[in-house]
Amino acid sequence: MRRVAVVGAGMTKFIHRALETPKELSWLAAKAALDSAEMKLDQVDCVVEGTAPDAFDGVHMNGEYLSDGCGAWKKPYLRCYVGGGTGVYALAQGWFHIASGLFDTALVVCEEKMSTCLPHPQAAFLTIFDNITEQPLKPNLLWIFALEMNRYMSVHGYSVEDIAKVSVKNKRNALGHPSAQLGAELTVKDVLASEIMAWPVHRLMVSPTSDGAAAVLLASEEVAKRVTNKPVWVQGVGWCLDSAYWTNRDLYYPDYVEKAAWMAYRMAGIREPRKEINLAEPYDPFAYKELHHLEGLQLAPKGQAPRLLADGVFDRDGDLPTCPSGGLLGVGNPIAAAGMMKLCELFWQLRGEAGPRQVPGRPRRGVAQAWGDLMQVGTVVVMGVN
Amino acid sequence: MNGRVGIIGIGYTAAQPTTPYSSFKELMFEAAQRAYFDAGIDAAEVESFVTCAEDLNTGLSIFDEYTPDQLGAVQKPMHTLTQDGLHGIADAVMQIKSGLVEVVAVEAHSKASNILTPDWILDYAVDPIFNRPLGFNPHALAGLEMNLFLHETGITPQQVSQVAAKNRTNALRNPLAAYPARLTADDTAAGPYAHYPLRETEMAQTADGCVVVVLASDDKARAAASQPLWVRGIGFANDSPTLESRDWVHAEYTRIAAQMAYRMAGITNPAREIDFFEVDDTYAYKELQHLIALGLYPNRPGEAGRALEQGLTRPDGKTPVNVSGGCLGLGWTLEASGLYRIVELVLQLRGQAGPRQLPGAKMGLAQSWRGVPTTSGAVAILSSEQKPWE
Amino acid sequence: MAGQPTNVRGTPVRSADLKKGRVFTTTYVPRIQYAWDTGQAIGRYLEELKNGRLIARRCNNCQRIMIPPRMFCERCFGPTHAWVVVKDTGTVNTFSLSYVSWDVRRLKKPEIPAVIEIDGASKGMGILHVLGNVSPKAVRIGMKVRAVWKPAQQRTGSITDIAYFEPIKGKAPAAKRTAKKPFKAKAKKSKSRKRR
Ligand SMILES: [Zn+2]
Repeated sequence: MRRVAVVGAGMTKFIHRALETPKELSWLAAKAALDSAEMKLDQVDCVVEGTAPDAFDGVHMNGEYLSDGCGAWKKPYLRCYVGGGTGVYALAQGWFHIASGLFDTALVVCEEKMSTCLPHPQAAFLTIFDNITEQPLKPNLLWIFALEMNRYMSVHGYSVEDIAKVSVKNKRNALGHPSAQLGAELTVKDVLASEIMAWPVHRLMVSPTSDGAAAVLLASEEVAKRVTNKPVWVQGVGWCLDSAYWTNRDLYYPDYVEKAAWMAYRMAGIREPRKEINLAEPYDPFAYKELHHLEGLQLAPKGQAPRLLADGVFDRDGDLPTCPSGGLLGVGNPIAAAGMMKLCELFWQLRGEAGPRQVPGRPRRGVAQAWGDLMQVGTVVVMGVN
Repeated sequence: MNGRVGIIGIGYTAAQPTTPYSSFKELMFEAAQRAYFDAGIDAAEVESFVTCAEDLNTGLSIFDEYTPDQLGAVQKPMHTLTQDGLHGIADAVMQIKSGLVEVVAVEAHSKASNILTPDWILDYAVDPIFNRPLGFNPHALAGLEMNLFLHETGITPQQVSQVAAKNRTNALRNPLAAYPARLTADDTAAGPYAHYPLRETEMAQTADGCVVVVLASDDKARAAASQPLWVRGIGFANDSPTLESRDWVHAEYTRIAAQMAYRMAGITNPAREIDFFEVDDTYAYKELQHLIALGLYPNRPGEAGRALEQGLTRPDGKTPVNVSGGCLGLGWTLEASGLYRIVELVLQLRGQAGPRQLPGAKMGLAQSWRGVPTTSGAVAILSSEQKPWE
Repeated sequence: MAGQPTNVRGTPVRSADLKKGRVFTTTYVPRIQYAWDTGQAIGRYLEELKNGRLIARRCNNCQRIMIPPRMFCERCFGPTHAWVVVKDTGTVNTFSLSYVSWDVRRLKKPEIPAVIEIDGASKGMGILHVLGNVSPKAVRIGMKVRAVWKPAQQRTGSITDIAYFEPIKGKAPAAKRTAKKPFKAKAKKSKSRKRR
């Protein structure tokens, strides 16, 4: 297979409401990624864009609208999506653009401006539910998370308190991130004292709605070696979609994440993920999701992630740092851009450039993962220094 | 480039003005079953799936949620593109060429009849700050473009009416077509203006339908049940989405996409080397604009109109265009439009096109545009023969 | 080194700036309407809801009885074979107490969404609905519930023809319950669940 490297990364601040338009946010991130690689737009062969539902930006055919903001003027351009899994998937899309031999460089841009949607961006989520069998019940997005979290807790016998520690860790990690929306020093008590949105989900266990964009620049081996002496290689990509009939599945374990992970691990030649991966950016839109996903990623035995968390394994200086960026809980959650932020974090961590967030011990390989739709999609990317 | 890619199966429903007895899932299931049967494979042998859909056209946000079950894609790699089916073909070609997978299914469908407010939804695609507040019907953008296009190229309104008549008439020979009609240019020219100089009769009407296409690597394609058609070239591109800074005369998105596809296919003289064309004709003038962008009339764009008048683009002409009936005759099936063009290419190249079969067709080209207000297009070139040097 | 990312841009807008018009916005209310074809499977499902019963589809290949019904079996990738009327009772698979409405209004009295495994369908075949006529504190995973139907003349062929599901009195919840205490407080081992 043709090797592909990440050679640049950049992102905007993640903020509750941005002055910039969706196009401008895309442009800021794309430009930052290009600048970081000291490359110009005319060196970019093609552009890949990722956003989740059009309802947030408030534009039908949003991909077309965003195209020039992403730098796709007069270029081959695809917009891909798999709901919340889009941010990590988009890199896989860029990967095969280059691995196919059709292109040598690809700019991958993810953007979301949720604040455009009034009266509240969350209302747009009503339209992700089945139009005939579910929407008439007026479901809130929080429902599915609460239903899944309750299932996870009850099958394994965990409490809300066990889960709340994820919020504490990630919001603390985010204090070192210049783009972060919700970095904070909190205790488990604070999290449990926060408003119950949809039991067992408390407000501080939920990532915020955000505006923001993030981008990476991908290059073939030949180009990568020419433009940087610190390329970060895409070692594996995987994605997997489960049945739409989510009420017919047991939500306690994400099979689709496991399948996506093994697809990526096989490609990366990984047999024992827990030994061969140095850091992880699992998807954490809600606190329990990080634990749920670490199990799916085979980085914790089934039902054991909360124990490892309590033991400090996932702390920045632990055996397997998870969400050293601060995750969606700390940095913010402009859907697709949040997944891309995780890939940016791997890039900086693996290059040793993460400053105050740098995990110790010169990590050599990391995995990022996102999730989406009706608890249905797993997307996984493995990156490493060789 | 590493390895050829072939189309090994197609499955489709007829395009119809309405499909009240089937849900979109049931339409997709039918097309998928037919496609896998045509390819002689089980659904389980498909390694990756691509669906092409816009949320607002389906009425569901994050539409990819609702795709896996009826395609046999449960717990498989699947992703959605918010683009035309031809973009989906390009996506599948890249996945296979990368060496990641060997068999990919591409799906697109239309349930346009379920959209009660189509013009308002299209309005929602117009720039929300600069243009939407002006309150014009988005189809008027086609009128704007057509006016300048005619002015700059010397193509006449009469010639545009002739495109509509030709394609509606071609559809009479296509059992998949939703809007066949025996029309003359005088008939279509008698239609009222919708957005001057664009007439109602020169605008495609939407139709429902679904297409699934199965692509495979060289090895798998050679072992397939049906005759594989080789993807010789693929290209896609965007021009400016901004109305204020785009090229209104030339379909730049198509020119760039075609250059990419021709380079890959080693084609230098498309008019001579390609036997027939299925191009976007959502608005009748677009057929001519797209043929020009495909490089068929390199010296003078006005020749596009004269070639039409001389019957060169009729099924019995030198360069048949939209033998299927195009969007005007078959129906505008939104994201599925490009895949219906692929269906026509495959049927013609296999010699299965029945009463509209073109004799000796060996290579065909499909081109798509995503409609107003976009400047997004794609091109695919299929052939029954492999490249001589491959 | 301060660390990446550097030079992050993006300009926060405060609510006050919006309210006082220091920042300009354009407002647009989309007019978006659909009439979705329900097709064969869901069309019949709705028809039977109007009749006051739940209906499922059986696949003769894998023997699963599926609800909501579908004309294709996603596991066997073939057509399903028969209609099966199932019961309007079931078991709570999971639930939440939601204090936020779909459009993010705060609710004093929580809505209780639940996945309810329907009796007569295959194991694990649930539908999304809400619970009613029950104290939030009393809801348990494993609780037996039954559908409370709207009066026949008010039914329209919608999932809301079932007003809600309510507990079946006298049927004790199954042994499985939701853990409320942190795991450290007790020695426990995780239950292993049978997977297909
Ligand atoms: Zn079955």
